[in-house]
Order: sequence, then C-alpha cells, then structure tokens
Amino acid sequence: MTLYLIKILIFPGLLFLFILSLIGEYYDRKLYARMQNRVGPPWFQPVADFIKLLGKELIIPLNADARIFKILPVFACVATIVAYLYIPLFSKTSLLPFNGDIIFVLYMLTLPTLSYALAGWYSRSPYALIGSTRVLTQLFAYEVPLFMAVLAPAILASSWSFSELITFYQTHNWLWLVNILGFIVAMITLQGKLEKVPFDIPEAETEIVAGVFTEYTGPLYAYFRLAMNMQTIAGASLVAAVFLPFGFGSCLIVNFVIYILKIAFILFLLALMRTLFARLRIDQMLVFCWKYLAPIALAQITLNIIIKAWL
Amino acid sequence: MTKRIVIPVGPQHPALKEPASFDVTLKGERVADILVKVGYNHRGIEKGCEGRPYLHCVYLLERVCGICSHSHSTCFIQAVEELANVKIPEKASYIRALFGELERIHSHLLWLGVAAHEIGFDTLLMYSWRDREVVMDLLALLAGNRVNYTVNVIGGVRKDVTEEEKGQILKAVDILEERTKYYVRVATEEVSFIERLSKVGYISYEDALRLGAVGPTGRASGIKRDVRKDDPYAAYEEIDFDIITDDHCDVYGRAVVRVKELLQSYSIIRQLIKKLPQTPLSVNVPKNIPAGEAVSRYEAPRGEDIHYVKSNGTDKPDRVKLRAPTLANVQAVAKMLENGNFADVPIVVAAIDPCFSCTDRMIVAANDVLSEKENRMTWKQLREFSINWYKKNKGVDFSKIKKSDKHI
Repeated sequence: MTLYLIKILIFPGLLFLFILSLIGEYYDRKLYARMQNRVGPPWFQPVADFIKLLGKELIIPLNADARIFKILPVFACVATIVAYLYIPLFSKTSLLPFNGDIIFVLYMLTLPTLSYALAGWYSRSPYALIGSTRVLTQLFAYEVPLFMAVLAPAILASSWSFSELITFYQTHNWLWLVNILGFIVAMITLQGKLEKVPFDIPEAETEIVAGVFTEYTGPLYAYFRLAMNMQTIAGASLVAAVFLPFGFGSCLIVNFVIYILKIAFILFLLALMRTLFARLRIDQMLVFCWKYLAPIALAQITLNIIIKAWL
Repeated sequence: MTKRIVIPVGPQHPALKEPASFDVTLKGERVADILVKVGYNHRGIEKGCEGRPYLHCVYLLERVCGICSHSHSTCFIQAVEELANVKIPEKASYIRALFGELERIHSHLLWLGVAAHEIGFDTLLMYSWRDREVVMDLLALLAGNRVNYTVNVIGGVRKDVTEEEKGQILKAVDILEERTKYYVRVATEEVSFIERLSKVGYISYEDALRLGAVGPTGRASGIKRDVRKDDPYAAYEEIDFDIITDDHCDVYGRAVVRVKELLQSYSIIRQLIKKLPQTPLSVNVPKNIPAGEAVSRYEAPRGEDIHYVKSNGTDKPDRVKLRAPTLANVQAVAKMLENGNFADVPIVVAAIDPCFSCTDRMIVAANDVLSEKENRMTWKQLREFSINWYKKNKGVDFSKIKKSDKHI
C-alpha cells in the first residue's frame, strides 16, 4: 500500500510527471528557439514562469461562474495525471494495468481538452468564446484519426491492454515498424491535441489573443499551463508505448534511459513541426484531418487486419 | 450557428503594432460586418510644422513614421525645393535614391516578418528579422542611425558615401540578395504558407483602381503604377528597373510583389553605386522660401506618399499636408475583408502594411454611435453656452459682441 502511494505520488507518478513536464517544456522551447536561430530560455525558465504565475494576482471576471472557473484548471491537471498513471513507461506494465487501458487513457486525455472548452465558455469573453468553439471543432477533427491510429497496433496485437500489446511486439521483433503510417498520423493529431502550430487555432494570438485562456490569470493560468505541459508528456508517452514498443527487456535504468530518449525524439518531432509550418485556418484543419489523416489511419487499420490474417 | 457576436480587434490587440480598432461582427467563423476606427494616434505633426522653420520641419516630418522616415522627409524637401526653385546636385539625388532603396529593403523585410507572424509562422519572422539586421547595420554605418537617418537637408544631402562604404554596401547587398532568393523559394514552395495566403483578401483590378489602392497593394492587383517610373524623382530617371506586378490579387500576390521588389532594389542599389557621380553634396538655399504652393510625390515602401506645402515668403511654411500611403489603402481593406474568415482578418489588415500613426488625423465624431448619446451642440448653442458661462463665472458679458455668420 505504502509502496503504491509512493509510486503514485512520487515516482513514476505525480512528482516525476511534474518535473518531467517542466524539463519537457524547457527542451521544447530551447529546440524551437535554436531552430529559429534564437538563443532560447535558460534551463530554469519553466520553473521560474510557474512560480511567477503562482505569485500573480488572481482575477476572476465578473460575468464568469467563479466556482467552475476555479475548478477547471485543477480538473485538467488531474485528468492528465490519471491518464499518465495508466501508461506503461519503462516496464511492461503500467502502475494500474487492466484490460482496456488503451481506450481509457485516450478518453482521459480528451478530458483536458473538454475542460479548456468549458473554461472558454465560462469566461464569458468574446475571445474565449470563439476559442472555445474552435477547441471543440478541432477536437472533432483530430480525435477520430488519433483514435484510429492508436487502435491500429492494438488490432494487430488483438488486445486493448498496454501490457499485452507490448508483450506481443516483443515476441514479434521489428513488427512495430508496420505501424509507421499510424505513427505519423498520431504525431500530427497529437500536435492538434496539444494546440501547437500548425494547429494552434484555438489560441491563435494574432486573432483571439489567448483563446480560451484569455481571462485566466495567476495561479489558475499556471495550472492550465502545467496541464498543457503534462499533456505533452502523457501524449508522447502514449505514442511511445503504442508505436515504439521496444526497450523493455533490460534492467530498470537502461529501460528508463530508453524511455527518456523516446520522449525526447517525439518532442523533437513536435518542435520540428512547430518550426516548419504556418498556422492553418480552422476549415483547412477540418479538411486536412478528415480528407487525409482519417483515410491514412483507416489504411493502417486495413493493413494491420491483412497482416494479422497472414501471421 | 447564426448568433452574431462582435469581436473587438483593437485598439490594444496582439495582432496590431499600432492602435487602431476593428470591430468585427462574426457569424460563426465568417466576417459579417466590420467597423474600422482609426484616430487613436493623432500627433498634430502637420500643425506642428506651421510654426517651425523649414529645416526643423524636415526633422519633425522624419518622425511621422519610424519605418519610412526617409520617404516623408524626401517628399517634403522635394516640395520645398520646387518652391525655392533649386536644382539639387546630381550626387545628392543619387544618395537620396540610395537611402530610399535601403529603406524599402528594411521595410519589406519587416513586413515579411510581420505577415509571417500574423499567420503563426514565427520561424519566418525570426529569419527575416535577423536578415533585416544586415540592412539596419548598414544604415547605421552610413548615417549613424538605424531609423531617422536625417540624411536630407534642403538643397541636397548632408553625407557623402565614401569608397570604403561603397564596398560595404555592395557586400551587404550580396548577402541580402542570397537570403531574398531563399525567401522567394519559401514563398513559392512552402505549402502551409501558400495555403494560408492565397485567395485571402481578394480585390480585383477594377476594385483596386476604384478604391485607389497604391503601392504593392495596388501592384498585386495588376495596377502598373509606381511613382519612381511615372513621375521620376531623385535619380530614378537614369536607373533601369521593372515595376513588379502580379495578378493573384490576394495576400499571396502582395507577398510575392514585395519579395520581388526586394530583388529590384538590390539591382537599383548596384546601379546607383556604379554610377555615383562626383559633384558637390548640396547647394545653398535661402532661408526664406518664396510664396507658392507645391505638391510632391514619392514612392514610399508602402505606396505613393503625397506632400503638399504652401509657403508665404517667410522661413516657415503656411500649411503642410501629407497623405500617407496607408490612407489610400485603408479603403480597400474593408472590401478585402468582405465574406472573409475571421482567422484572415489580421493578415489582410497586415497585408497593406498599415502605418496608422502616419495616417491618423483629427477624428470627426460624425456617424459615431457613441456621440449620439452625448449632448451635441450646434454653433448657436455653443455660443449661448459660452456667453452664459462667462457671465456666470467671470462676470463678463459678451452677448453684445456682433455675431459672425462665417462659421455657421
């Protein structure tokens, strides 16, 4: 029991995720800056930002529903942490494995997005309102391709559970390489989930200031940013567990290093995408997701069904 | 979604570099209506010119715009020189053109970065602004200032370009040309950039002509107009260059025109350096300018700039009126935004390269919804009010003074 609590609260649970998300933010910002020919922030910048925001004045708009306005950032954080607990990181099983945890994690990762939308709605500001409708529109665009892409490897492994999926790919060496199309789709949709360029439409600063977060200040905004950072790590861990299911064999420390390398690789791809593209419009985003990503994900599923019959 | 909501873009908004206000009425994500309000940054420069000697006006007018400072000062000086009936030495006209082109380069590179930022393409912003430093450093080297170079004096220029500086200019131009060719590639090959800009802010040739679009905005709709060719000033008559036009008629066309104009500017600078004659820098102009009126035109980076100067025989102008290019283009913006997407509002506004501080004059309260609530007074009421006010507060009775009908 005590061990469980330590695992949930400290490693690899809450505290670890908190530290990793701050490191992840630094890594992302530094990479982004270096690729743009800038110097980038010092290593402690994300921590400093977090502490600074915690100390700032908290302003709640008069029109806003104060109780929901305050709960939503915490809600987003909690949902992400819960999702993270169910993803296997550097051992075959996660902290709390059960059959069907892949689907559970996907749903838990949808909750922060819904809380952003509600946050925009309850802020009662025109910018936040537009941002919130955009969050929801975008959710409907990327969620289906993301689900299809993540479920394709699971179909091949005939299991909805992470541990069985990893065991399957360990017994079939290099078979995870067939999921490369799904990996690409998952990376692009993950970018949409994290609301970063080219899919930062819900918080396009030149149009709607900060979108759903416009009215958020101080500690509440700090928690939203934290939720966003933790979502990045959780999303990257999910993609790593499903599409890069290798490196669980050796001792714990080697496994841990491999996990960190996987996350670093995925964050690098996300930062690269941010550097290379301009922001799309919401209609272009919808067309792109439904016209190209969904068929590609479907092709992946079809491919996996054919391979499965052949195995 | 049929409910309409009004989104205020401005007066303070991340998309705007200067205060201006666009009240966008949205129907879903589409723009249903747009109300443009300018006038937040009126500085009274025209009036300020009236009390100052001509030379002081040059310095004041250079501060109309932080980016096209040379444009405004040259445009004004051309009018003054016409009034004084002076012909400036050939070298001065070459150096004026040289600074004009350097200014165009830094303005267009700045625009490219701003436009990229408006569509969320921050990498291009960082790249183009880094390269802009090359030309900014060059301007600082030549004139001592990054902006407001103050290279003009009435009757010529104040500063020569030495042989050593010529070499540095040519070297910088080579670097910039290489970088600009890269931007041409970005503009013609980068998919998300093209997707975001094409068919956005469309304005046809006829509409652009009717609404009086000038500069790159007009040229992107196929209007082949450029003051440097149509009414050559400075040394442009002896320089060989093309007017860049484009038939896309959208924001993408405006980007292409500006990037290609950069390449023209490099060629112009090379020719200017090659042909730079050896004459004195300036001629003496008497302090008192003879009475008269003059209008001068200048192709600023943003389009045609017009200055009107009325002199009265003293050392101070009677009236100075300037029309910045943004004023000519701002009419076209409302047309461009018709039935557009809300996401395109910032880039369409940015595409004319607006400079609201240059444009802002006194604001008139007509048609303003707010002013109807306030107590508006007619001339007669105002007179009665002031007579009563003085009677009550100062004990002076002005009611016997004969009323002039001139202003009613």
